[in-house]
Amino acid sequence: MSFGGRLTTFLVLLAAAVALVVYTVVTLLLPQSGVVDFTSAQPSGAPVNLTVQTVGQIGFGAHPTWVSYLVQAPDGQWMHDTTWKVPANSVIHMTIHQYDSGGPLRNQQWGQVQGTSGNVMLLNGKPIGVYDSNSGNGVGHTFAIPALGINVPLVGVDSNATNICSKAPCDSSSVSNTIKVSFRTPGPGLYHWQCFVPCGLGFLFGNGGPMSNPNYMGGFLDVTA
Amino acid sequence: MSDASTQTQAPADASGPGAGGSGKEPRHFVRMVTIWLVLSAITAPLFYFLVGPHVPPGTMTTTAEQNQLDFNILMVIAIPVILAVWVYLGYSIVTWRASKAADPVGGEAAATRLGVQTGWIVITSVVVLFLAGFGTYELIANNGAGGGEGPNPVWTPTAAHILPVQVIGQQWKFTYRYPTFGGMETSQLELPADTTIAFHVTSLDVIHSFWAYQLSVKADANPQIDNVAFTTTKGTGSFTVRCSELCGLWHGAMYNYGSVVSKDQFESWAKATEQANAANTKLLPPFAWTYVPDANGAAGGYYPDSVDPYSPSEVYGAKQPAS
Repeated sequence: MSFGGRLTTFLVLLAAAVALVVYTVVTLLLPQSGVVDFTSAQPSGAPVNLTVQTVGQIGFGAHPTWVSYLVQAPDGQWMHDTTWKVPANSVIHMTIHQYDSGGPLRNQQWGQVQGTSGNVMLLNGKPIGVYDSNSGNGVGHTFAIPALGINVPLVGVDSNATNICSKAPCDSSSVSNTIKVSFRTPGPGLYHWQCFVPCGLGFLFGNGGPMSNPNYMGGFLDVTA
Repeated sequence: MSDASTQTQAPADASGPGAGGSGKEPRHFVRMVTIWLVLSAITAPLFYFLVGPHVPPGTMTTTAEQNQLDFNILMVIAIPVILAVWVYLGYSIVTWRASKAADPVGGEAAATRLGVQTGWIVITSVVVLFLAGFGTYELIANNGAGGGEGPNPVWTPTAAHILPVQVIGQQWKFTYRYPTFGGMETSQLELPADTTIAFHVTSLDVIHSFWAYQLSVKADANPQIDNVAFTTTKGTGSFTVRCSELCGLWHGAMYNYGSVVSKDQFESWAKATEQANAANTKLLPPFAWTYVPDANGAAGGYYPDSVDPYSPSEVYGAKQPAS
């Protein structure tokens, strides 16, 4: 190759490398999409109200039949995003509207409420520490943050009900259970959360599909200073 | 090998940098061996005594301590081998580097030396065979050296009291069951100091791998298999548990921290946890060394219908769990 050719190749590669670095830096600096911010929704140090719902099939998007979590943004809009930015060292009052049916847990360990205030949850107003997943409607999903030791079983609704929600966002016209818990965030960090019920129906061991794709049954608690 | 055999090939008109011009060829082999010996005699002990005590995985358990010793011995043997290659390479570059007027390679100077070849084969064979024997001995003498030995371990510890702890992998978390404390299950791994532990590692779904790094214990977690690994704790401290088998989306988040505490602290923790979890423990299936999970996702509990959790044929057989 001639000197000119070599120089041109070098300059093209250099430009590509510089462009890649610039793109990476800019991407990191820009606000991330898919993150719902709760840090400015209330005065500093005040408890944060976090409301989510679980629905048996989301009803829209690339996988309308997949089970999913949704979160209510501070402006009241329901969002299909599973990364939630919350302040550090703050109390989170979490309300979970469970619109899906349930069954026996593969591991009943996930029927025990852990890591929340008093290690209890309020299920439709009633305090519960352990839920027997072989009883009643079973457990449909869990909300768990392993690094914080938090586990909340989400008791299923009656699968024979005629008003089971089949398209998100669901509202009070559909049968649901309301679960309330409180917990305290630690210092800043990215804490993964997930459902521990293998609820990806149609996938081996139930952990494919919505359990193995971001924005459905798992995400992050982005705790910021 | 005779040194003379390496110094008689210099042609009369040798003019390379190492040839020394006219006159007698230097004793290259002796020079190289001397340099190698001196460097090895300095470097290997320096590594063993200065770096060795800090080599992972530390000394928190007997297996960790023994594995650290094994790594150090391997390194002390490897250092002279590495140095031999580097010294030969460096010496050759300096001494026999090509000049513009270099002679073509070949001729009498490139003739085969039987002594060199024999020496190379004998030395490398001895090193490899020694390491194979040493590794096998260490594996047996240390009860599997912290690795999973399968459901029927051959090399078992002789301690009178062994604490069994079941490790249950599931996407994407490890939980721990203590059969001698009422069969309680927890997300915390607490262990007593100065105690032999038998980890019974299994899985509820796909293949995971239980890796307690500082304990130097690593065992695959296979569904329907009770994979047993042994260690004996020494001092107190904390350790990290990671899944070391790529197991899905949240594999990277499948970790937790454990602690080795004094025996009294462990007893207190275990009794308190047993009490705190009593309501849930009653709902867990009876303790079994393996689980036969339903493969059908949300429809399934621990066991599929009509399967006896204690049935060896179901546990170890090839039968697919009923749907």
